[in-house]
Amino acid sequence: MNNELLNELTFFVLAVFVGFEVISKVPTILHTPLMSGTNAIHGIILVGALLIAAGANSPVTIALGLVAVTLATTNVVGGFVVTDRMLEMFKGRQPAKAVAPKK
Amino acid sequence: MTILIALAYLVAAVLFILGLKQLSSPKGARNGNFTAALGMLIALGATLPLLHFTRAGIMITAIGIVIGAIVGTFGARLVRMTAIPQMVALFNGVGGGAAALVAVAELLKFQAHPPFSEALPSVLSIVIGSVSFAGSLVAFAKLQALMTGTPITYPGQQIVNAVLAALILGFAIAVLAIASIPFSFVTLMVLALILGVAFVLPIGGADMPVVISLLNACTGLAVAATGFTLNNFALIAAGTLVGASGSLLTKLMSDAMGRSLGNVLFGAFGQVHAGATAAAGGQSRSVRSASAEDLGTLLAYSQRVIIVPGYGLAVAQAQHAARELADVLERRGVDVEYAIHPVAGRMPGHMNVLLAEANVPYEQLKEMDQVNDDFKNADVALIVGANDVVNPAARSSPGSPIYGMPILNADQAKNIIFMKRSMRPGFAGIDNDLMFGPKTVMFFGDAKDSLTKLVAAVKAA
Repeated sequence: MNNELLNELTFFVLAVFVGFEVISKVPTILHTPLMSGTNAIHGIILVGALLIAAGANSPVTIALGLVAVTLATTNVVGGFVVTDRMLEMFKGRQPAKAVAPKK
Repeated sequence: MTILIALAYLVAAVLFILGLKQLSSPKGARNGNFTAALGMLIALGATLPLLHFTRAGIMITAIGIVIGAIVGTFGARLVRMTAIPQMVALFNGVGGGAAALVAVAELLKFQAHPPFSEALPSVLSIVIGSVSFAGSLVAFAKLQALMTGTPITYPGQQIVNAVLAALILGFAIAVLAIASIPFSFVTLMVLALILGVAFVLPIGGADMPVVISLLNACTGLAVAATGFTLNNFALIAAGTLVGASGSLLTKLMSDAMGRSLGNVLFGAFGQVHAGATAAAGGQSRSVRSASAEDLGTLLAYSQRVIIVPGYGLAVAQAQHAARELADVLERRGVDVEYAIHPVAGRMPGHMNVLLAEANVPYEQLKEMDQVNDDFKNADVALIVGANDVVNPAARSSPGSPIYGMPILNADQAKNIIFMKRSMRPGFAGIDNDLMFGPKTVMFFGDAKDSLTKLVAAVKAA
């Protein structure tokens, strides 16, 4: 096992624990937005798609690269935008909360 | 340069973690999304110096980004609020597909016998990414009503799925051992796509949120695996974070439904259901129904009304009509609250989002634990397109597939108005005794039309 792989594995294991820890206390109403947010984050695959698309030099890699970049960009852009749209709805409630004590 | 890039990736990873942290509390949620998006921009920017474009490469990159950005923006902007769950499924699926394709392209670089440390993660990414892609598309089709939302089962289904999984495992080992014939990747991918479809088919529409969340975690893992193939820390960090937090979220979601993840995934729902309906055997039971005028009067002279929204409200886009009814009632001095079951609608939080869109004040939205004791003091429980979440069978009949699921105590209210399009059972596919109860009045019709009629009736009362 070379050094780089060892580093990657360390990183991987630590990230697993962080991933569990960071969302351990999430209220039910945020489940969907949170899922949508993590969905956007795995759009990071665009980095990988760019790396293979940039060097494309055969019909096969060109086709793979084009589809991969298109799908990954859709994931990133759509993911963040749709999450924001959901959370925008929640924002409307903050002012309502402040005006609350009218009864 | 490489050090700068590595540092930028580290910053991006930290931003992702902070973003997730903010996303899990209501106050910072929206900022959390921006934080994560900033992390994404930094990771993408840091990747630019690594790209050595061929002429074709720059073309396809530009075309891909433009198409993806247009589809993503318009898809996410134009979709109706009720259709957001399937949009998330779709965006998740394309991510899984991209991960699988990147892994294939990377493996193809090796003419023969890629080193094991490259081949293993690539194979994992191809399999998991393809399952996620195909499964997400089926989930999309189910939620978009392109196909039936009820579980699709056939004899020997578990065996077929097990054989598929075994075939994939066999092929994966073959690819790792003898390796690198392009055809072997293609076969592996096709098998994984079939497994993705076969895996989601037997799961009912009501359980789709849990499935989408699980597939979301899968895509994260596929991305992390691709990161090992490409030796790219940004992919490993972000992919692993999503894989881990997505798995936990999946568990939290099935907990909220009072079910185990295994129960959700492996078709137990569909199988128990046949027995439960047969046992209930109640096709011939009669229900009461009433006119809008009668119900309007009942509501207008109540002290306290609790509205229980469900998927029917979302389908009919009835959130504004519900708010209007609440407004006219409040003007007459009636106390109105909304009881939100954690899994009402198709996604946890679905109802909160819809009602917030209709500017329903935050204090009127009550979670199950807050509101359940209030039902016995309520004059009317107005059930708008919900079903399984108020089914007393969850408390009383151990043979029922939803037995043990926490439900709203709507049956304890003095009167129950059950608004539904028809007598058809809910997504769990079981009868609801509450509809036949002595205190229950059925009011059939599209939720929005019905609510509008009630508004007029209350005004006239």
